[in-house]
Parts: sequence; C-alpha cells; structure tokens
Amino acid sequence: MKFKAEINGQHVELDISANTLLVDLIRDNLHLTGTHVGCDSSQCGACTILVEDQSIKSCNVLAMQVSGKKIKTIEYVETDAKYSKLQTSFNQHHGLQCGFCTPGMIMGSIELLEKFNYPDENTIREQLDGNICRCTGYQNIVKSIKKFSEEL
Amino acid sequence: MRNFNITKPDSINQAFEISKSDDSNQYLAGGQTLIPTLKFDLNDSNNFIDLSSVKELNGVCEDSNNGIVIGAMTSHAHVAASSLVLDRIPSLADLASNIGDRMVRNMGTIGGSLANNDPSADYPASILALDSKIKTNLREITSTEFITGMYETCLDPNELIQSVSFQIPEKSIYLKFKNPASRYAIVGFYLSVFKNNKILTGLTGASSYAQRCLPLEKALENNFDISSVPDKILDDYLSDLHASSEYREHILKTLIKRAILKLS
Repeated sequence: MKFKAEINGQHVELDISANTLLVDLIRDNLHLTGTHVGCDSSQCGACTILVEDQSIKSCNVLAMQVSGKKIKTIEYVETDAKYSKLQTSFNQHHGLQCGFCTPGMIMGSIELLEKFNYPDENTIREQLDGNICRCTGYQNIVKSIKKFSEEL
Repeated sequence: MRNFNITKPDSINQAFEISKSDDSNQYLAGGQTLIPTLKFDLNDSNNFIDLSSVKELNGVCEDSNNGIVIGAMTSHAHVAASSLVLDRIPSLADLASNIGDRMVRNMGTIGGSLANNDPSADYPASILALDSKIKTNLREITSTEFITGMYETCLDPNELIQSVSFQIPEKSIYLKFKNPASRYAIVGFYLSVFKNNKILTGLTGASSYAQRCLPLEKALENNFDISSVPDKILDDYLSDLHASSEYREHILKTLIKRAILKLS
C-alpha cells in the first residue's frame, strides 16, 4: 500500500504492506533507529513519537493509520532550537542511565511541555506515567524536565 | 503479524458499503486494543476499515436536549480536554483523563472502547450512569440495550457507532480503583444525580459486563446516605489474577460509599 507522510520535515513515500507497524517503518524502512522497541506490547513507552504533535506509541499503531500526517521522531529533536536543550538538560541532570527509555521520555516530555509551561513534579509524573524506566531513574528524569522548563 | 488489507474511507456511507461487501471486514478505530489482539493472532479479519479519515465521526457538540454528543472517533484526550465536557459533565472528562496513559488517550476512541465493551473499560459505566443513547448508522440504542455481555454488544456485524449522547446530571462522580500496570478498572463506579432526585449508577470491572445497580439507585433516591447502601450489590463478581471476587465486592462497596460522601 502507498504510505505518505512528512517525517521530521521530509516528505516520505513508501510502498508497504498493511500490517507494517509504524515503529518498524521508522526503524527498518527509514533507518531512524533512535526510536526504540522496548516491550512491543504498548506498555513501556520507549517507542513514543509525535504524530501531529501528539505522543503515541509507535509499536501499537499501524503505519497506514497515520498515512498523510506529520510525524516527528527523536532524530528531529537535535535540530530543534528549543527542545535540543531538553536533551542537554537530561545530560546535565543525569536524566538517563542506560538510555534505552530516553527517546520515549524526551518525546513524551515535548507534548507535556507544550501543554504546561512550568509543570510541577506531580504533573510531570502523571503525564509521563506511560513511559517506564527500568533503571528507575525517575527522580532525575523529573528533575531534568523541571530544570529545563525553569531555565527556558 | 499476519497480513491483511486496510481501506480508508472518508465517509460513514462509504465505510458501511465496504463493511457490507464482506461480513469478515472489521472497523478499526484507534486500534489500542485491536493491534495487540492482532499481534497475538487472535483476530482473523482480512480487511480493516480504518475510520480515522471519516471527519464526521470526530468531535464534541451540544444536542437539542441540552445534552452532549461525542463522535465515535473522538479520542479520550480530546474528551478529557473538551471545554464543553469539562463544563457540563466534569466527571466524564475526569473519566477520560484516567483511561490508560497519555499515548493511549491520544489514539484510543470512545466508539472503539464501547464497541469492544471490555468488562473493565471505563466508558461502559458512563453510558449507563448518564442515560446515553448510542447512535449508529442504522438506529439509536439505549445504553442498557447496548451492553449484552462480556465483550458483547447488540451491534450488528456491519453496524457503525456514529456518536454517543450523554444527559447532564446535576452532580456526578466516577471513582476507579485501577490496575496500576494497565490502568483498567479493577472496579469502577459511576454515580449521577439528576433533576427530581433521579439516580443512575454504572458499575464496571466488578462483573462480566458493566451494569446498573437498581436496588442501590432506589435506596439512594429514598435516602442519599451511605447507610442506604444495600448489602447485596451484584449477584456475581469477577475473579481473576488481578483480584478475587471478595476483594472486588469490598472495593466496590468502598467506592460506592466514597462517591455518596463526595456528592453529599
């Protein structure tokens, strides 16, 4: 089937089978391997990306469901003047240990920060409850996001 | 995942025509339950009718009876943030804001949730307690007719939910004791008080499908107090790896009392 979308600002057209998961299209067809597959069962949030600026789990969406939409993956973030600083904040405040969940954490945080200018700790924890960190580095993840919003 | 076909109609009529052409065709809403089901190879449909491009199924508006109408493809996140829902039925916005997690709420839809009728889903409790009508492309269905069993509704194979209407209560609340991993209701309880002291309830998670508790409604209409809660709420309680039937009964009674106190 014909899949068309704007991914990280680039127009993409691909021939795919209908059963292609969005995360597989991103990783295998487009080689954008920053988006991770954690649980492959829509539990962990490692595969979180933005579709029309809303966070979704790309392992739980068929690519054809979002054909025609604007998609952003973690690879776009370093080119973004505002949110590349969020990556720096994760770095500075030890917001990652093994780093596997980090792309999903960052993408989920972007939607959160677009909705709340200065989110408090509870809001951050509530809004990111679909992103799981197995290193249990939640304290510093929350701190990274909070410091970023305060220093903005 | 085995292969299949996807069609993307842009109108209700077109979707219905495709559905009628083969009874094994199946509607696809947000897919947040359907896609895991496909991964486990528990669905044998060969063609999915993706409704995401049918614009007339999306959005929240008022109806002529001063109620709220929510399009079937409206996401949980949209319902949770809708100023109309927040203003008229805050308990419904609250319910939507506690379904799954952020990413699930961005994809999952009210129509998909109701058609799936999971025994632990939240929306089935709301349609019972808010006197909903489910409008399909063929007819209008009352909420008590709509729910027929575990994962079962009275929808015909090709029938498509278009929208769901909700009546506006004077006050209402939805309380959920959720599974911390799935956020599904182990037990959920919806309580609404309408004009003229009419009470409606919606219980989910506790038994094999969402239902009202008529003796409780009657008792609360006579005396809106925790002392009115009958000893027997349901005939049967679900028992599974998440909670025993005794535990569910205990939690349900606790939620009922909390809801009464909150609305008193």
